[in-house]
Amino acid sequence: MIAELGLAALWLAAALSALQLLGGVLAQRKEASEIARLVRPAAIMQGVLAGFAFLMLLWLFYVTDLSVKLVATNSHSAKPLVFKLAGAWGNHEGSMLLWVTVMALAGGLIALVERRLPEKTMLATLSAQAFVGLGFYAFLLLSSNPFERLPQPALEGIGLNPLLQDIGLAFHPPTLYFGYVGLSVAFSFAVGALLTRQVNPNFARAMRPWVLGAWIFLTLGITAGSYWAYYELGWGGWWFWDPVENASLMPWLAATALLHSVGVLAARDALRTWTIMLGVIAFSMSMLGTFLVRSGILTSVHAFAVDPERGSFILVLLLLYIGGSLLLFALRANTVSEGERFSVTSREGALVFNNVMLSALLGIVLLGTLYPLLTEAFDVRVSVGPPYFNPVGAIFTIPMLLIMAVGPLLRWRGDSFARIKNSVAIVAAIMLAVLALVLILGSYGLLPVLGLAVAAGLAVGSFLPLRGRNLMRAPLSLWGMVIAHFGIAVALFGMASETAFSEEKLAAVPVGESAQVGPWNVNLEQVAPVAGPNWTAIQGRLAASYDGGDPVILTPESRNFWAPPQETTESTLATRWNGQLYAVIGNQAADGRWQLRLWWKPFVTFIWYGGILIALGGLLALIGRLRTDLKRRYVKSRQADRAKEAAAL
Amino acid sequence: MSSVLKAKHQRLVLIIIALIAIIGAGLLASYALRNEASLFYTPDQIAANPPAPGQAIRLGGMVQEGSLSTMADGITVSFTVTDKESSTVPVRYTGILPDLFVEGSGVVADGRMDPDGTFIADELLAKHDENYVPRELQDMDQHSPDKTLETLESVT
Repeated sequence: MIAELGLAALWLAAALSALQLLGGVLAQRKEASEIARLVRPAAIMQGVLAGFAFLMLLWLFYVTDLSVKLVATNSHSAKPLVFKLAGAWGNHEGSMLLWVTVMALAGGLIALVERRLPEKTMLATLSAQAFVGLGFYAFLLLSSNPFERLPQPALEGIGLNPLLQDIGLAFHPPTLYFGYVGLSVAFSFAVGALLTRQVNPNFARAMRPWVLGAWIFLTLGITAGSYWAYYELGWGGWWFWDPVENASLMPWLAATALLHSVGVLAARDALRTWTIMLGVIAFSMSMLGTFLVRSGILTSVHAFAVDPERGSFILVLLLLYIGGSLLLFALRANTVSEGERFSVTSREGALVFNNVMLSALLGIVLLGTLYPLLTEAFDVRVSVGPPYFNPVGAIFTIPMLLIMAVGPLLRWRGDSFARIKNSVAIVAAIMLAVLALVLILGSYGLLPVLGLAVAAGLAVGSFLPLRGRNLMRAPLSLWGMVIAHFGIAVALFGMASETAFSEEKLAAVPVGESAQVGPWNVNLEQVAPVAGPNWTAIQGRLAASYDGGDPVILTPESRNFWAPPQETTESTLATRWNGQLYAVIGNQAADGRWQLRLWWKPFVTFIWYGGILIALGGLLALIGRLRTDLKRRYVKSRQADRAKEAAAL
Repeated sequence: MSSVLKAKHQRLVLIIIALIAIIGAGLLASYALRNEASLFYTPDQIAANPPAPGQAIRLGGMVQEGSLSTMADGITVSFTVTDKESSTVPVRYTGILPDLFVEGSGVVADGRMDPDGTFIADELLAKHDENYVPRELQDMDQHSPDKTLETLESVT
């Protein structure tokens, strides 16, 4: 019954979405039609229904209803509750339903609260949103129905892939989806503005919170995904340039560029067409990301159950949306008049530089990710990895970071380099000092050394915009920018430090003996079997002491899951303020020694602290912007009230 | 008048810089891709057309039954990778074997050939579950080396 209710709600939501599309389109005609008035309520109702359908699916997983195919294939009655619920979206159908639900809720929200744009633009935006949504409803209802029943209820569920039974991972995909959906709203705004010729600062202000929100979620999603790969895969690496990782990085790069250009449009009414273009690109990248991940068309260390047929459905949607919007862009872009002008040395100039570099980076990652597909068409199989991405990416990242350290100091419209030369000198001096220091300390690779120097300069440079300001009165959005930029410096420092200073030890160690890695002494005290709720394991007990201090006990495991049967390596970490010790236990050699793989990774944690700071900066900026909007709205309504009172008198 | 001209001029400068950057990125990327992408080889292809020693490549095939052995240091393993035509490549790997690494099943490894014809693996691609087959191996029948051997035996 519950499953049928969910399915019915989904069909109704799809029907409302069609109504919303139709109404929005009809409203573009000269005479406002009756149906236009239904668009906003349809969007709101659609959000409610999709939310209801998702709750029904959660309920089915909560009670482990084994007559539903999705539950039977992805859950197990013996699973811990949180993973039962996470199982609802830890699979293809459920995650698509989650996508549609979040999208419908977002559409409902803009229909409910967004009032500053002309009504025609809003209706066009909502119908663009419905157009995107309809594709996903069709996908869900026609080829991946999450509520499908089994002819015979299963006796027991198959279970969730053990690698996915991890609290971090349970919340990783939804985070990315929120980001993708946020970009779809930004896309709808762009289409709405383009259709109704309303590309102006008001449009930018309406779009900005969605871009910011999407960007915050994408940042968190990438940070969490990187940490998950780091400790779960047991390889000690935090970024593999894997297609699935790139699929989440590309929308982030596009969203970062969009975030900065939408800021220029809102503040200065410049970069109009460019912002629209980026809105289209950012959403295209999130669709492409979904396609790459879902179709399994590329070899990935993260590849789970994939299905080529579903991949082609998403590919069709992808081509439809991207092709359609690019066509619209080509037809309408010349109707967008040129925005305000500015000189090269200005805040706008620096932001354009940032946008160009980000676009170049995006192009590089895109080419590297798709290159294996291109060559496969000619029957040549290749894989593209760090030897391509690292140096080529760095050529564009380093100049971007250098400009980023001082760009925010420039004034809008036109400024002179001479005015900020003291600040530039400070940043340059710090970079050179760090560069010299690292070169004296020892020989490390070029990229990590440059990374350390740039990180130091950027860390200081990011706080310079606050110089000479009253810190309590500086706007929240300024604080947001400062913290996000500082977060980039922190993350960069972690990456460079990990690359330059990591030490690794791989050894076969008899029980009772020790291995040395960096400042750590690690003693293998014992190896014993242990059992968990749905697995058994070999567990090593390591006593690790830093620089002769009190030992920390670490217990790396090699686990055997029985539902579904699978072996996983559970690494363990000892975290200090200045880095992490990373330990993995392997097989037993014939002579009774155990394989141990140990890493000492100085300041590696700064990578993820940096990611969190970046997201926090975004959150502060978002709160700041929303507060300003609310104030403006309040002042406007007060003025309207006063005008009414005056008229009454 | 001159300020309008100047503004137009500035805009042109920006557009030119942007174009140079994007075209530069494209050229750089295609150049680097040609040099840095590592080719995928099966043991047959290595036998027919051996890659230069030291060049980064990706090797894929089946781990031959009974070929896996651990060296005296306890952490270096060697095994043989085969495929349909029964060409073989000896592989050496220092590290902990990934979960689900077993003889007779598929493996994909990143690394390079050393001068005496052994493949030195830097990384063995982990499989996530027993149903997952690396894409490079999808059109390779999982049990074909054994079958080929059986057919050969029945012929002789």
